[in-house]
Formats: sequence, structure tokens, C-alpha cells
Amino acid sequence: MGPPEYADYVYAVCRPFDAGAVDGLTGVGGHPVHVVTEARLTAVVSTVPLHEFGEQALRNSLEDLRWLEEVARAHHGVVEAVGRRTVTVPLRLATVYHSDERVREVLREHGEAFEAALRELAGRVELGVKVYAEAPAPSVPPARPSSGEANPGRAYLRRRKEQRDRRDDTWQRAVELCERADEVLGGLAWARERHRPQSAALSEASGENVMNNAYLVDEERVEAFLATARELDSHAPEGVRIEVSGPWAPYSFATGRPSEVNT
Amino acid sequence: MSEPTPWRGEPRQIRSAGGSSAANLADVLERVLDKGVVIAGDIQINLLDIELLTVKLRLLVASVDKAKEMGIDWWEHDPALSSRARRREDEELAEENRRLRERVAALEEHRTAEVTAAPTHSARWGPREEPSERDFAPRPAEGEEDHGPA
Repeated sequence: MGPPEYADYVYAVCRPFDAGAVDGLTGVGGHPVHVVTEARLTAVVSTVPLHEFGEQALRNSLEDLRWLEEVARAHHGVVEAVGRRTVTVPLRLATVYHSDERVREVLREHGEAFEAALRELAGRVELGVKVYAEAPAPSVPPARPSSGEANPGRAYLRRRKEQRDRRDDTWQRAVELCERADEVLGGLAWARERHRPQSAALSEASGENVMNNAYLVDEERVEAFLATARELDSHAPEGVRIEVSGPWAPYSFATGRPSEVNT
Repeated sequence: MSEPTPWRGEPRQIRSAGGSSAANLADVLERVLDKGVVIAGDIQINLLDIELLTVKLRLLVASVDKAKEMGIDWWEHDPALSSRARRREDEELAEENRRLRERVAALEEHRTAEVTAAPTHSARWGPREEPSERDFAPRPAEGEEDHGPA
């Protein structure tokens, strides 16, 4: 007998909900989504072929950014769709079990942890807050042509220094804004997670990402949080800005680690 | 049965355009790869960790030096970065450092030669020989590569 050809890709664990809600929903690889329920927990899964999601296939595919993007977006799409219906604990990308029965076992085995996570996340969403710093363009053009410089080497170094000074000012202002934003927005949140600053190459955002935080916020406070972020942004010093993303399913607070509760 | 807890639906963003389907890839990746509950699957995810981290670091680590320079270094203490990730990162950074040192040495050599021998070629030793993500300045750096009007 050969190995099984299919497996279950699990997106998230949540409270049981009307299973009809996932009818027509597709996930990774375009595969349909169904639910597997055990007691008070429901796993949201797709049956996927092992030639796409087996160990060897995943090893190869995960290095392929295009594949990764498709799967990441599909995973995220399912988590979001379910998250709109019910409190949801997202699982990390590419959590795969051999069968529905194995998924039930996992729900039993980790039942308490999932229950705890669901209790903490109920009625709360994640909001992302990034601070970007952008060094201003030179205010004084390097007017003199090189032939007029007594020493081009010195002129070059002078310009470098000026650029560095401008940059340092912007960074200093950015650091201050980060501290202030975290303090004020953290006051509206249950918890905060710090993500690493993003590479501009990937995010395609202009400027330098200097703060990249996620906040766990009560649904009722989302509007206030967004308004406060907008306010902070409108008063941000030159060259520094704040961007907010979300609401997201609470990925950053479903890590199985004790979350950092804001004081 | 507990009550389903519906979330307020529509994604809202202050500046960036678009809803969830247009969510920034970096935002999605850092969440689905780095966050979310990690439980062992039947498919050996542990073996995949290294691959996942490789991708992750390649995508996300580029800003680290700049942030460090600003005194922001919280990820140094972030338990999400396992020792394995750290080791991998150290290797990458060591390699990066080695290449940067070589480049600096080459530039300095180049510069000394040109300042003494051929100052009119100064435009050639602009700040970077190749685009570097680790440089804070916007690219292209204004007025440096070229002495003419921008």
C-alpha cells in the first residue's frame, strides 16, 4: 500500500460556526475549504494533494517567492473570511496533517491551549502600526561644478556629512515619534507585539521602516485607535510618517507565548 | 455553545490603499510565517523551519542595520527569533560584513588613488558602487552620482 495522496492543510482553529459559511470558499492551491469539529473547537482545513504539500514539495516550494506569496495570500484569505464570522486563532502557514481524524486528535490534544487563546482573542482585532522615516532631499543643491572645487575629495566629504546630518535629524525625530506612538496607542490596546522593520525592497514603501508593531485592540476601540493614529500622523515631524494596517485576524497574538499586556 | 463573535468587517487603513486582498505582501508574510500558533504538523514542519527562516530572513532582515544604528534593537531580545534563526542570521551578517569591509577597502583604495592622481574623476567614486538596501539615503542619492543638475 502506498502512502496517502492527500492531507489536511489547517488554516485556523475557531469556535464552531455554521459550516455552510465556508461553502464555495477556496484556500491554498484553489482547494475547497471544509471544517473539522471536535467538541467546542473547529479547525478550518483544505484537503490538499501531497505532491503539493508533502514534505519534499514544501521544501522546494517555500523557497519560491511567487508560490509563497500565493499560498500566504490564500492562507490569509481563509483566515480573514472565517475571522469575520467568529473568533479565530490562525495557525502558521503550512501546518499539515494526514487526515481529518488526525486534526480531531490535535484539537483534543491542544484543546486547553486553543480555548485559552480563543478566550483572550474574543472580541479583539490586530492593528499594524508602522513608522517610516525619509531623509529629506538636499535643500541646497551642490551648486558648484566640480571644476570650481578646490578639492573635489573634500567637497564630496562635505556633502556626505551634510547628508548624514540631515539623516540623523530625521532618525532622531523618528525615534521620538516611535516612542510617543507606542505609548499613546499602546494605551488603547491590550497587548503589543513588535515585528521587525520591513525591507523596503519587499514592502515597496518609500522611506525607512523604523517601527513595525502590532496591537491587540478591542473591537469597540478600533475607531478610537485609528483616529489617534491619524492624529499622531498629522502632527508627525517632517520626513516621518505613520501607517496603520488592518484590522487583521490576531496573528501576532496567537503565538502561544504569553502576550505582553500593556501597563 | 459559545456565541460566535463576529468581527467588524471591512479593513481600514489610513494611508495605504486597498483592502485585505491588496494587503502588503510583507505584512501578510510576517504574519503567516512568523506568527500564528505553531503546532507540529504530520508533515515535518520542524525540518522546514530552516527553509522558512531562510526565506524570512532574506525578506525581512534588510532593515536591521539601519534600525540598530538608531538604537532600536528589540528583536535582539525577541524570543520569536530562535537560537537557530539567530545562528543563521549571524552567518548572514558575518558574510555581509565581510563583503562590506572588502568594498570599503576597495573604495578607499580607489579614492586615495583618485584624489592624488585624478581629481576630475571624482564623480566616479559616488557613495555606492551598487544599490545597497542597508543605506538609509533615498535612492538614487541626489547630486552625488552626478555633478550636473538633478
